[in-house]
Amino acid sequence: MTRNMTCIGCPMGCDLIVEVENGVAVSVTGNSCGIGKKYAETEVAAPTRMVTSTAPSDGGGPVPVRTRVAVPKDKIFDVVADIKATVVKRPVAIGDVVIEDAAGTGVPVIATKAVE
Amino acid sequence: MAAAIEAKKNGIDDIVILERDVQLGGILNQCIHNGFGLHTFKEELTGPEYAGRFMAEVKRLEIPVETGCMVLSISPEREITVVSRAQGLRVIKADAIVLAMGCRERPRGALNIPGTRPQGIYTAGTAQKMVNCEGYMPGREVVILGSGDIGLIMARRMTLEGAHVKVVAELMPYSGGLKRNIVQCLDDYGIPLKLSHTVVDIRGKRRLEGVTIAQVDARGVPVPGTEEDYACDTLLLSCGLIPENELSLTAGVSINRATNGPFVDDALETDVPGVFACGNVLHVHDLVDFVSEEAGRAGRSAAAYIRRQGQKANAPKVIRVQPGDGVRYTVPSTIDLNNMDGEVHLRFRVRDVYKGRSIRVLAGGEAIVTKKRKIMVPSEMEDVVLKRDALKDCDLTVEIGGGV
Repeated sequence: MTRNMTCIGCPMGCDLIVEVENGVAVSVTGNSCGIGKKYAETEVAAPTRMVTSTAPSDGGGPVPVRTRVAVPKDKIFDVVADIKATVVKRPVAIGDVVIEDAAGTGVPVIATKAVE
Repeated sequence: MAAAIEAKKNGIDDIVILERDVQLGGILNQCIHNGFGLHTFKEELTGPEYAGRFMAEVKRLEIPVETGCMVLSISPEREITVVSRAQGLRVIKADAIVLAMGCRERPRGALNIPGTRPQGIYTAGTAQKMVNCEGYMPGREVVILGSGDIGLIMARRMTLEGAHVKVVAELMPYSGGLKRNIVQCLDDYGIPLKLSHTVVDIRGKRRLEGVTIAQVDARGVPVPGTEEDYACDTLLLSCGLIPENELSLTAGVSINRATNGPFVDDALETDVPGVFACGNVLHVHDLVDFVSEEAGRAGRSAAAYIRRQGQKANAPKVIRVQPGDGVRYTVPSTIDLNNMDGEVHLRFRVRDVYKGRSIRVLAGGEAIVTKKRKIMVPSEMEDVVLKRDALKDCDLTVEIGGGV
């Protein structure tokens, strides 16, 4: 089976042509770099996305956060719910872990902005 | 910040960054989504993280920063009138100025949408600031007009925050945003994108109650009988960005009607000596990496201008760069052959969607550069590098050629 997809690895947005056999990508063309190949393989096997959101903080405004790496696509809303239930203690620096394990994905959520 | 960093690294110590906001970073602070910095840092960062890298460098180099201050005017003699709570009204005489004021969004008033004037209509960037920086939701039932990147990003953001985004309508027959954003912001969440559609009516007295969306023909005129009503309490507008050049005008800088930004040469110098421009105030970008690269170049040019006390190293020999078939504009619009670096980035946008065509740079009718492109779209800026050695003493035309 042939699947056409657009790589989201960077803003280039390469049009990928992926040959799929038994749920596995056996060939990827149209990509400009290794990111495209990897994206196509993951997208076929088990799609993942990085999740970005804001978490409430103790007394300050919202603190922007993200998952350290991409999480399974079907866990996005669970991860967001976890983030919303967390109160970030200030001060916080870029890269500080806010949640150790977001929604059982094993992926930590980190702060993306220093807030005093 | 990128301009200041490069100016400092090129031997200029007396620098100040004047910032209107309470913090450095500009619009990046509200762009909490990922996708920044893949070219510059080889990592996928969010906006605040990308800005954070530059803030750290500004701090390390001990470049003075004044936040919370407002520049009121710039004179052609490079006198900057600035007002702030901390220091009142001052005039700063600069040897060189780098303009980096960014751009602003086209508001409802500039779109001529018929209907009432209820609350609940926001530009996408305003909504982004409310949600990401202040923690308020503008509404729950959302329609988005315009498929610019901020509109697409906000479609996903509002969805993740619990709102229901019903549709994104785009006047043009193609999207105004990057392809990856259609995939990961709309397709992932099942949000429909209606191309060649626009809002033809707005209803609601105090609060927005609904909008009517209709298909448009090839000339952009609504087609009778295609109207569809959408109940909603929020309309987000992502209908284009306009460089913010009020201060450039006070300095007497000439503005290119195609970009709404200054005309610049290969050093990114405007037609007012010692005044340089970069980033979204020069022309609206879609990649922050391009902005930082461009800003760095403006910073280096400003440093060179100061070192040479406004004198060129060699007698200038200026050629023009003109947009040809299918090209809306080019930055820069002139190149000084005798004073340019070894190469120059030529950046531009195309007029339409072109598949399997090429970019051609013509010098005196002869193609000196031909670049094949699988696809070119108006929403994605093109970038062609011209080598000094390839240029001749005649004007250049950049055009979209046939397939090669």
